[in-house]
Parts: sequence; C-alpha cells; structure tokens
Amino acid sequence: MRLTCPLCGERDRREFYYKGDAIALNRPAPDAGTDAWDDYLYLRDNPAGVTKDLWQHELGCSAWIVVERNTVTHEVLSTALASDVKKATK
Amino acid sequence: MRVTGKGLINRDKQISFSFDGKSYNGFEGDTIASALLANDVRLMARSFKYHRPRGPLTAGSEEPNALMTLHSGARQTPNVRATAQEIFSGLEVRSQNNWPNLERDVMSVNDMFSNFLSAGFYYKTFMWPRAFWEKLYEPIIRRAAGLGALSGLHDEDMNEKAYAFCDVLVIGSGPAGLMAALTAARSGADVILAEDDSRFGGRLLSEVEDVDGKPGHLWVDDVIAELSAMDNVRLMKRTSIVGAYDQGTYGAVERVSGHLRGAHADAPLEVFWRISAKQSVLAAGALERPVAFPMNDRPGIMTASAVRSYLNRWGVAPGKRVAVFGNNDDAHRTARDLAAAGVEVAALIDSRPDSGPSGDFPILTGAEVIDTKGRLGLKQITVRTNAGMQTISADCLAMSGGWNPSVHLTCHMNGRPVWDDKLLSFVPKDGAIPGMTVAGAAQGVMSTAGALQSGLEAAKTALAAVDAKVADVTAPQAEDAAYNIAPLWQVSGKGRAWLDFQNDVTTKDVKQAAAENYQSVEHMKRYTTQGMATDQGKNSNVGALAVLADATGRGIPETGTTTFRPPFTPVAMATLGAGARGAGFAPQRFITSHDMTVKAGAPMIEAGLWYRPSYYPEKGELTWRESTDREVNMVRNHVGITDVSTLGKIDVQGPDAGAFLDFVYTNMFSTLKVGRVRYGLMLREDGFVMDDGTTARLGENHYVMTTTTAGAGEVMKHLEFVHQCLVPDMDVQFISVTEQWAQFAVAGPKSRVLLNRILDSEIDNDSWPFMACGDVSMGGVQGRLFRISFSGEHAYEVAIPSRYGEALYAALLEEAKALDGGSYGMEALNVLRIEKGFITHSEIHGRINAFDIGMERMISAKKDCIGKTSAARPGQVAQDRDRLVGLKPVTPSQKLMAGAHFYNVGAEATRENDQGYITSVCYSPTMKSYLALGFVKNGPNRMGEKIRMVDALRGVETLCEICHPVFMDQEGEKTRG
Ligand SMILES: [Zn+2]
Repeated sequence: MRLTCPLCGERDRREFYYKGDAIALNRPAPDAGTDAWDDYLYLRDNPAGVTKDLWQHELGCSAWIVVERNTVTHEVLSTALASDVKKATK
Repeated sequence: MRVTGKGLINRDKQISFSFDGKSYNGFEGDTIASALLANDVRLMARSFKYHRPRGPLTAGSEEPNALMTLHSGARQTPNVRATAQEIFSGLEVRSQNNWPNLERDVMSVNDMFSNFLSAGFYYKTFMWPRAFWEKLYEPIIRRAAGLGALSGLHDEDMNEKAYAFCDVLVIGSGPAGLMAALTAARSGADVILAEDDSRFGGRLLSEVEDVDGKPGHLWVDDVIAELSAMDNVRLMKRTSIVGAYDQGTYGAVERVSGHLRGAHADAPLEVFWRISAKQSVLAAGALERPVAFPMNDRPGIMTASAVRSYLNRWGVAPGKRVAVFGNNDDAHRTARDLAAAGVEVAALIDSRPDSGPSGDFPILTGAEVIDTKGRLGLKQITVRTNAGMQTISADCLAMSGGWNPSVHLTCHMNGRPVWDDKLLSFVPKDGAIPGMTVAGAAQGVMSTAGALQSGLEAAKTALAAVDAKVADVTAPQAEDAAYNIAPLWQVSGKGRAWLDFQNDVTTKDVKQAAAENYQSVEHMKRYTTQGMATDQGKNSNVGALAVLADATGRGIPETGTTTFRPPFTPVAMATLGAGARGAGFAPQRFITSHDMTVKAGAPMIEAGLWYRPSYYPEKGELTWRESTDREVNMVRNHVGITDVSTLGKIDVQGPDAGAFLDFVYTNMFSTLKVGRVRYGLMLREDGFVMDDGTTARLGENHYVMTTTTAGAGEVMKHLEFVHQCLVPDMDVQFISVTEQWAQFAVAGPKSRVLLNRILDSEIDNDSWPFMACGDVSMGGVQGRLFRISFSGEHAYEVAIPSRYGEALYAALLEEAKALDGGSYGMEALNVLRIEKGFITHSEIHGRINAFDIGMERMISAKKDCIGKTSAARPGQVAQDRDRLVGLKPVTPSQKLMAGAHFYNVGAEATRENDQGYITSVCYSPTMKSYLALGFVKNGPNRMGEKIRMVDALRGVETLCEICHPVFMDQEGEKTRG
C-alpha cells in the first residue's frame, strides 16, 4: 500500500502510523453532553466503501494526514493535511 | 539419457554433484531434475501422505513432487524443488520423507491402508478422547506425514531486503513478456523485467519453433542483448514476483547465490524486493495440467510440456520409450519433437475421437490410459480403446490435460478468475489488479504469434497510463496455430487417480467429500486438503473443481472458481525476515555512558529500545539484592549518579507554547515562572493517564518537556496530533531532543557538594532552590541544571550536549566516589521511587485515571484540557474504584509479589472477591521491609486495614497492611533541604 503525503509525496505504507476515523478532528465542546462525547470517543461506522481516516507520516515529516479511501477496492481517493482540513472547518 | 545435439546446456562445462550420497555428473545449465533424468534417475521423492514413489511431474517452479533437501549442517535447506534448483559443483542433495531410504521407505505401508487414510480421516478417527490430540495423535501424524526437516541449527546464510521503482514491471519473459518489455523500453519507460527462471525466454526455450526467422531461443538472446544495453531497463532473472499489493506494490524474491554456493560466500542467499510499479504487465504464461487417470503418479509420468522442456532445453530424454496421452494438440507436438530427436514414441493416445494425422508413430484415438504398472518407475500402461484394452510398455508417459493460464497474481487482491468455455480453463478477471495488464498465455492467448502481439498491446496500454509516447514496434513472425482441446477431466477405472500430487488427494477423495455434503469448493478443499500444499494447487485446482462439478451435477462455473493467495512460490521465513535476526531484530539505543557502564560490569536491561544498567556489582557481592541495597543506602546517605538520558525530552517553543501545554497537561504551565520546573500529568482524551513527567520553562516562549522512557514516542505523536488536528492555529513548534542531550541524575545529601566540584560557578539553596532550572557551565560547556528528584533526596538532573555525555559521566563518577558515592542502576532507582511513592508506567498502565492515583486535584478547573471531560464522568470518580495505596507486610521479612491480588481477610481467593492488585514491589533497605504500590478498591479510605495478598501463580500468600503510598519523608523535607 502506498499513500501520498501532501508534503513528501508518495510513500510506502510502512512510513505511516494509523490512528483511525478522521472524526477525531471534530472534538466536541467540553459541555457538548455525554452523547456527543460518546460518539466522538467510541462510536465508529464501519463502512464498506469510502471512509476517511487519520494517518501520520511518522517516519517522514510528522504530518497528520486525512486519507480518503475505499475499504472495498483499497483505492486511495485523496490525501490532505489534517491541519488544513481542521482550519477549513472553522 | 542425454540426446545428442539437443538442449541449451553448456556441454563444455561438466558439473559433479551428489544425490543421496551418490555422485552424478551434469552440465552447466542443468537443474537437479534434468541432471538426474539425464542419469536415468526417475525416482526422486516420496509423497506426503502415502509415501508413494515419485519423480518430477513438471520442469518448473510449480513442481509438487520432486522436493529435496540441499546441503547439511546449518545450511540444510528442505523442500527445494529439484526442477528449479540449478546444480553447481559439489552440491549435496538428499531425498526426504523416507526411511531408511528412497527405494525402501517403511512408511509406504501407509499406501496399503489408503482406504482408511482418505478425506476426513483425521477428523473422524482422532476426535476422541480430546486430550489425546495434542500429546499423542498429532505428534505421530506429523512424524509420519511430512516433507523435509530443518536442521535446528542457527541459519548461517544472509539475506537482504531491497526496494525498486519503475514505470512498467513486466512479469515473465516468454514471448509476451519480452515483447512487452521491448516495447516499453524502446519507448523510454523505466522497465523491470522479472523472470522466475534462471534464464530469460519462457516457453521459447522449450519449444522447437522459429521467431523472426530464427530459432526462438536465439531471438530471445537478441532481445535480451538489446535490453541489457539500455539504461532504463533492469533485468532480474531468478526473481519470482510472489505477491501483488495495493497501489502497484509487488513483492519479489531474487535468488542471488543459491545456484553458486561457496563461490560467493559473502553474497546474500536471497533478496526480498518490494517493487513499486506505476504499471505492470503480467506475462506469466500458463501451466499444463495433468490428467486424472488411474495410477497416474508413478515416476516417469509427467506433463507433456515438461517432457518437451527436458528434451529441447536440457537435451534429456526422460525415457527410452515414451508414450504420450492427451486431449489437445500439444500432445501431438510432444510426440513429434520426441520422434524428431530420435526418441522412440511408443504410442500417442488422444482422447479425442477425430484427431488427425501427426507423425511417424502409432496413434490411438478416442483412447484413454486406464492403468499403469511399475513399483519404483513406470514400466507399462494399459489403454482402453474402442477396440478393447491393450497394454503398452513405456518408461515415460507424457500427459497433457490442457493449459491453465497463470492467473495467480491476479487473484491477490480478491479478483476471481472467470471460466472460459473454449479454453476449458480460468482466465483473469479484467482489472483484477489496478494498473496490471495481462498478456499472452496468462490471458489465454496460446499461440506464439498471439502472445507476441498481446505483449506489445499490453505495453501500449501500460505506456498510455504513464503518459509515455509509444515507440514504433512491430511483433515478429511466429507460429500461430490454433489451440484445440476437448474436455478430459478424469478417466474412470480401477485404482486411484491423483489430482493433487503434493497432498496426495485423489478423485475418490473429492467425490467422497461431495458425498458427505462438502459440496462447496471451499469446504471440499479443507476437507480433502486439495490445493493446500506448497504448490497451492497450481497443478490440480482446476481438475479438482471439474471432478467436484461432476460429482455434484453442476457445471464448472457454477461449482466455483479457483483463487490463489501470496506468495506465488514458497518464500523462506529467513528471506521475509531478512536483516531482522539477532541484534538486527530491533534497533538498539545506547546511552552515552554505555561503554563505561558495561565495563563496570553492570548487567544491562532493555527499556524499549534502550539499554540501561540494572545495578553495579562490587567485589564480594553475590546477588543483585546486595548491590541494590548498597546503592540505595549510598544515595540516601551520600550521593549517587545515574544516566537518565533515556527519558523523552521534547523542546517546545513559540508564543502559544504555554497555552498549548495547558491544553495537553491537566495542570497549568502558562503560569509557570521562567527558571522553574513543574510536574505535569497528561491524559488521553478518554480520561485515562497517558504519561507524566516534569516540564521546565527555560524562557518566555521556551519549554523542555520530559516524558517517561516508554512513553516518549507516544507522547510525541500525541502532541503532533493535538496541534495539527485540534488546535492548528496555535503558534507552537516542538521537536524531540532526546538524542541531543545526555542527562544524569545526581541524588543524595551530598549532591550539591558534588555538583559544585563540576560546575564552573557554584550554586546554593537560594540561587537554585527545589524545582529551579536554568543554564549552567561545566568546563566551559553550556548545559542545563534541573533541581528535581525522583528519589525523595536532595537531587538534581544535569544535562549536557550528548557529545560531552561520557566525559561528564566520568567526571561525576570520579567526584561521587570521592564523596563515598557512586553509580546506581535501575533496581536502586526503582527502590528509591517506591519508598517515596512515585509512580511509573507500572502504575499508570492504561486503565488508571487521575482520581485512581489521587491526583484529581491536578485537573485544573480554570481551563479545558485533553481528557478533562471524560475524567469527570461519574464512573471515573467512584469511591470503590481500584485506587493507589502503599502496602507493607505485617511481618516485614515476608515477601510481596508484583501482580499478586488482594482479598479481604477471611474471604476466599476468588475472582468475585478480588480487592485489587500489586503493581510495584521492592525490598526497602531504608525501611527494612518489603514494600509495594498497588491498587485497592476504595483504598485511600481503608488505611491501616489488613488485607490478604495471594499470588496464585507462584503460591505465595502474605498478610499486608494498607498504608499511604509515600513510605518516607511525606513532607518532602529532604528534597528541599
Ligand atoms: Zn510527509
């Protein structure tokens, strides 16, 4: 498997650390309530199809990356710097 | 027997090797199988289950029968395919899976009981009693059935890993592969041509036919010469592409020196390649399948294409009188090649009723072989014709059941091949591997001319995908005969008909599986073990599927399909794990005082990738405890030094550094004064403790964070995550400086006295109070000094750029000794921190929150931080949670055990009654007692209570008293003194 780091280019999967769903970007407010925090921390979809998750270019530039990929075909559809994605949602 | 004038071997170079202790001669270019056949040796192996005598079935890497053991001693290598291994001078080869020898194998008694050993035998027979399986049945079965054995010695061979990149990876170098490589190379693309064999050319090396008006193998030579001269081409022979993976990644094994051992002792045996290819062309050809007729497994019976390979490529007639049996035109081609080379063709048996004229040999049409004879090698076949039975004497039978395109790699990403009714085989599913185009026989294009054109077209497809201009290339003239085949899946008759030669699966086993309702192909495979040997059913899966289809009254496509997983050919574990053996298994990180420490005789223990001293034994000390007790007393009464460089150090800078630390730590750091250090607690977002450590403020916008040794990597990742993913607007930067600074703890009442002998300017309690930090100079070198303590003593940590680490350690040690002090190791460090109730990752093990360790008040109410919301959930602050306490035995000399559990006095030691557990234990020379830290339900409210410690594993039981986790100097007077 190969992923394209927006800063370093296309690299082998072994250079990356996998965290999980990109929902991790959407941290609720402290007073958002139990359900919102439960969703954020524990509840995950398990889609057969397109998913977005977070990887870190750990053995490269340390960038956290939002990877959009298809769990069925293994296609990598897009990659973007997590910091850019986060800033854009504000 | 060699055939004069035939073969591509080098007859000027004779090579001597041994097989089962007997010496044989072959020529350069021979495989073990071709050389043995040239010496009229047909019996080469015993089968897996029935120990049937076997010879080679094929002439390539798909071989199921002729597996052998090479070398002896540490280099002993089992299960090498004799059909692929080249011979070299002095090569030692032995047969395997037999006793006392290949001709008289005692275990061939299994063959007589084959009725009892059929499909499902193990499952039915060895079910009960259950306990017997592991101890009795399995060891016996394993000994009786099996292949070659490992030596059990340390493997002396070296292997390597490597990476390669290209525009177009061409897999296979037959006509299709060569044409694809040539087209891509001439068009300027970066090309890798990988060939499993020791020689480029594929079937062109084994057939008598012209390409471009010259013998096929000479056309191959010309193409290879052209490709070799091009800078954009890498030719990789003896290289199997073993797996196809996502985004154009391919695994490959290159056999570098296995064919010339001894001559290149320093070369790796094999190289495991990861090839990243923008596009690939699969031109892996096709494999001929055997025919399942009764007693089709005797030495001397092989595929027709193998017979042509031995004849045309190696100049060997696999028999003196050869019969040919098949359902397609390749059978005729085989008979013609043999006759033309002067080998007697006993008969051509064609199952089709209307086969045309062929050559100067007897032809039996509409006929089938229904039996064979010859205990250790074929002697006679029985043929059933329309006119009745006849026996024919023959010592070799070439069989052809048709060709299976080599679809294997196209299955590696879950692509299921599709049935082709005309070819009577499976062909690759379109687009099964993104970026891969399949060409030639692998795609079902069976003629040479077709394969050449198909290779050219595949290259064009690949070039278009990488936006390369296609050079003007045309395919040369070549044979273009049609491929005519009629179904022939099994021949009825008395006796077993083998499908899977390697796992000894017969047509009867498949039928039995169907009769017992294992009708799905996946169930049948597992019940019979069909296709589950190391050849993965390359020779047998399609045939077995056809037999299952027949037995269940379905068509083949309705019955199922075949699939293959990586690796295409077996890969040695040593090759997969190249470089990761012994010290190469994991990187080693050394502290700057490593050499001096080892020289002092300190046993080193691993802490993650680091190596740290356990203790420093002195003369007369017989146990680690004696050394440790001395070191603890030394620190408590004088001074000790220890290397703490392994703790993670993260340099944090920027205008928002303070605010950022406020967000990742539970407590405040933006309010910390410059020149001061503070202990910090870091939570995960789920409220549990991630790590702890001290962070020093060196300047307005400059902090240095320390993490635990084990937590350094995780914390660094976490900080990056929080910054980039949660608060990207914060203006803060951080970098690990763990390797850049050597850091030493100086602990004990005399620590300041010692430091003042090292520092260029003296310090005192006013200039450097508890929790102060700042720059210092030592011998003109600038370092940092932190007044922090992990021992409860008056202590410091002094840091210096790593290149001065060893010098500083030596200076500190010398001064320490002058003050009745010295070095202390991890054991003493552990005792010192337990006596003082300091936690480590033994306590904060991932299921512990701030409340559990009595630090809930460290979660600042003034701000949000990671983990704060979760930490406040009701269940996280319940009084009866397992909470940190100290524990001491009621009788001080009684042992406490880490990992032991607690039960109330009078309660039974059962899971339901569990009251908690011990996380850290030491013998405290200070308190003259065993001490422990642990977690007890509602612990802080049970001070003074007696509780039973039970270590069920080691059979230790001790009555303990619950106490405060800080065993000495609870007010911290020593630290501040
Ligand atoms: Zn990167």
